[in-house]
Order: sequence, then structure tokens, then C-alpha cells
Amino acid sequence: MINEQSTVSARQLERLAYRRKRTIRRASVGALSTLLVFALLTWVVVNAPGWSRVQATFFNANHAKDSLPFIWDAFWLNIRLFMVTELLVLPLALLIAVVRVVPSPAMLPFKILAAAYTDIFRGTPTLLVVLLIGFGLPALRLAGIPTSLFWLGVIALTLSYGAYVAEALRAGILSVHPTQWASGRALGMSYGQTLRKLILPQAVRRVMPPLINDFVSLQKDTALLSTIGLVEALRAASVYQAETFNFTSLAVAALFFIALTVPIARVTDWMSLRAMRRQVGG
Amino acid sequence: MLRIRNAKKSFGDQVVLDGIDLDVATGEVVCLIGASGSGKSTLLKCIDLLESTDDGDIWLGDTELTDPALNPDAARARIGMVFQSYNLFPHMSVLRNLMVAQRAVHGVKKADARAKALALLERVNLAEKAHAYPDSLSGGQQQRVALARAVATDPELLLLDEVTSALDPLLVGEVLDFVAELKAEGRTIIMATHEMDFARSSADRIVFLADGQIVESGAPEQIFTAPRQQRTAQFLARHR
Repeated sequence: MINEQSTVSARQLERLAYRRKRTIRRASVGALSTLLVFALLTWVVVNAPGWSRVQATFFNANHAKDSLPFIWDAFWLNIRLFMVTELLVLPLALLIAVVRVVPSPAMLPFKILAAAYTDIFRGTPTLLVVLLIGFGLPALRLAGIPTSLFWLGVIALTLSYGAYVAEALRAGILSVHPTQWASGRALGMSYGQTLRKLILPQAVRRVMPPLINDFVSLQKDTALLSTIGLVEALRAASVYQAETFNFTSLAVAALFFIALTVPIARVTDWMSLRAMRRQVGG
Repeated sequence: MLRIRNAKKSFGDQVVLDGIDLDVATGEVVCLIGASGSGKSTLLKCIDLLESTDDGDIWLGDTELTDPALNPDAARARIGMVFQSYNLFPHMSVLRNLMVAQRAVHGVKKADARAKALALLERVNLAEKAHAYPDSLSGGQQQRVALARAVATDPELLLLDEVTSALDPLLVGEVLDFVAELKAEGRTIIMATHEMDFARSSADRIVFLADGQIVESGAPEQIFTAPRQQRTAQFLARHR
């Protein structure tokens, strides 16, 4: 900041005045165009021929108030499903990623299994995995296989997301520069020590944004478990809708999901920004 | 303390080391000079087992480093290596960079590792940077930390691979000063370098490599003032 006007040349004062004017001009252009576009969008929606009917069936305040506690109770199940699954996905994915990276010959059968696992579960639609696990696993009648829908759902989502997260982690491990391996080994550290203390911490940091992205996806995909009969938010909303012939409950369920994911998305943005600033050197 | 006999290494068709014989005594400082691609770096990496040697023997004291049954981690723990590109661990503070191998490889107690790390940082004039992260240091500072990290475990042999080649000319001095200090302590050092003035003033012996062979080896004064081989004279004339 300039404290003493007298030390600033006349030309610099002109420059400052010009920049100030340009800032104001840019801000007003931004505000005006935002206002125009939003007004236009509102106008198009509100003047659509079916708007009044849509408003009554999807955005009815009374139905929203009525269905809210019902959906909130059900959404608590989504939160539990998501948290338990996430806690299981992380160690599974880490194990798969490490097995696929480690060069030890004794690991070969496990490497083949891990590669097959990621290929199969990344290639299968999550909904299909949910249906196969949800209906297929109990049909095996094996001892020890959970029969509760909650745990079947958790298993399905863990298997599906474990594959995605494992690939993100593996990409992170491979992205750490080979010279980091060399300097760890040069200090006498073993392969395992180098991996654990030097490579993995850097890898995890690097893939944090895509990792969180996967977890945002996972939160939403807990809704897929409605197909095997779990009464979570989407199912609760559908039940309400079937009883009242009003779709407002679905909009309410959508709001719950949005409310959960938006803060996480902002955290990811902030983290990417911080990582970028760090790299530039701060 | 280090004995190399007929070391050979090729990458595909390209012969990088073509029968190297080299002996280094305890406390000796040997500077490897030669054009890029002459095999200096590869020789250092073969000694530190970061590359396998195709043929020949390398002995560190009584240990045959080229023995395939050797535990390479145990051997590397006796050797310190510093690279051109510093290679500090970016997710650790400077202090932890100096502590990690002491703790993980040599089982040094935390307090002792910390004390040693701080003492070394003091010596390279970076005590105030102990809790900084490598990204916030200049190249010269990072390389001084890398040197300190390599000596924190008191290796028997120190390998320096063009440690000043990536540095601004103004920062080269602060790194070389510390290398000179390490020599004064009596450490055994093999150093690949393009810093001819430093090699001349600080090395006990100069080894000139070309095309994977030792062309000439001798005392700095002899090599720099009266090289016996024409190739040495030509190389030095270009690096004046």
C-alpha cells in the first residue's frame, strides 16, 4: 500500500486511477450479466405452460413440511451407510493399491487378484453390483454372510468404491517421482519403509481432491440401496410420494443430498487451491 | 576402503562403464570429472546399488557389494548419497528429513536423532529453518540440507553426484564450503563434479573419465598443470 502520496509520481497516480476505474467497470459488468441471466432463466421457467402444475406437485410448502421429518429420519440411514462404507473403503483401497504396486514375486497371485478385482468392479455399474450383492449373496446361504440389508448394502458399495479409490491411490503412488524412491533407498531405508514413510504420505496428499470426489459420489450412491429395500431418504421420499401423489418429497430428499455434498465440494476446492499455492512456493 | 575392479555397465547397446578400476582410501576425497555421459553418475549409482553392475567386483571394506546375496539395504545404510536434484522429502519438515533415516534405519532414539539433526543444521547455518518445509528453501539451502541428511547417519562413504550442477552460480559456494568441511572432518568422499576449481583445491585425487573408462587419474596439481593424456588436456581446456 502507498502511505505517502508525495512519494508517488503523477504517472503512477494516473495508473492507480485507471485501475480503480477498470475494477469498478468489471464488477458492474459481472453484476449486470448475472442479474440478466438469472432473470431470464426465472422468466423461462415461470412462464413455461406447466409451471403452476410443477410448482404444486414438486415444490409444495405443506408437503415439504409434512415429509421433512420422515425423510430426515431416513436420511440418517444414508449418513450411517456412507460413513461405515467410507471407513471400510479406505483400508481396502489402500491394500489393493499397494499390492498392485509392490514388485515382490511372492505377491504375484495377489497382484493378479487385485488387478482382476479393480477391473471387474470398476467395469460393473454400481447399481448392478448392489443388486447382485443384495439379492445374490444371501441366496448363497453361506454361514457367516450377513443377512441384514444394511450390511449387504455396505458390502456392495465398499466393493464398488474400493476399486475406484484403489485406482486413485495407485495413480498417486506412481506419480511420486522415482528420485524420491532413490533417496529413500540411498539412506538405507527398505522398500517397505520407503513406501510407508516417504511415498504413501505424498501419494495420499496428491490424490486428496479426486479421493474426496469419489466420496461425494459415494454419498449420493447410498440412494441406490433403495433398490434392495433399504428405507433410506430416496425410498422414504418415494413412499411419501406414492401415498400423497405429490413429488415434493423427492425435492426435499434432493436437498438433503445437496446439503451434505456442497460443504465437501468447497473443502476440496480449498484444498486444491492450497496445494497449488504451495507448489508455486509460499 | 573401497575397491572397484573391472566394473562394467551397459544400458542396452550403450556401454556406460567399460572396465573401471578404482581404489579409495579412508579419508580420501576423490573427484570424478568428465563430460556428461562419461559414466560418473552411473559409477556412483553402482557403488550405492541403485544400479546393478553387469560385471566386475566392488568391495566396501570387507563387504562385496556385487554379491547378489547381499542385503542391499544394509549396504546402502553404510553409504551416503546426495543427488543433483536435492530430493528432499517435501512432506516433511527439514528437521524430520534429517531424522527419518536415523530413526528408521539405525534405530536412533528420537531425542538423540533430533539433537544430531539440530546440530547439523546449525553447522550448515540453517538452524532457523528446522521447522520449514523444503519447498520454502532456496536451491543452495536445500542442497545443504540434503548433505546434512546424508551425513546424519555417519556413513563410511559419501557419494556426491554433481551436487552443485542445478544451482545458481552464487549458491554453489555455500554448498562447496560444507563439502570442504566434511573433508576436513576426515570423511571419505567420491564426488562427481564440474566444479574444476573446487576439484583442484579440495580433492586428494582427480579421476578423469571418458566413454566409461578412466583415462587418467592423479594428484590435482599434476592433472591440471601437466596432464599425461591428450584427452585430459582437451577436456580441461574446454572447462577452463
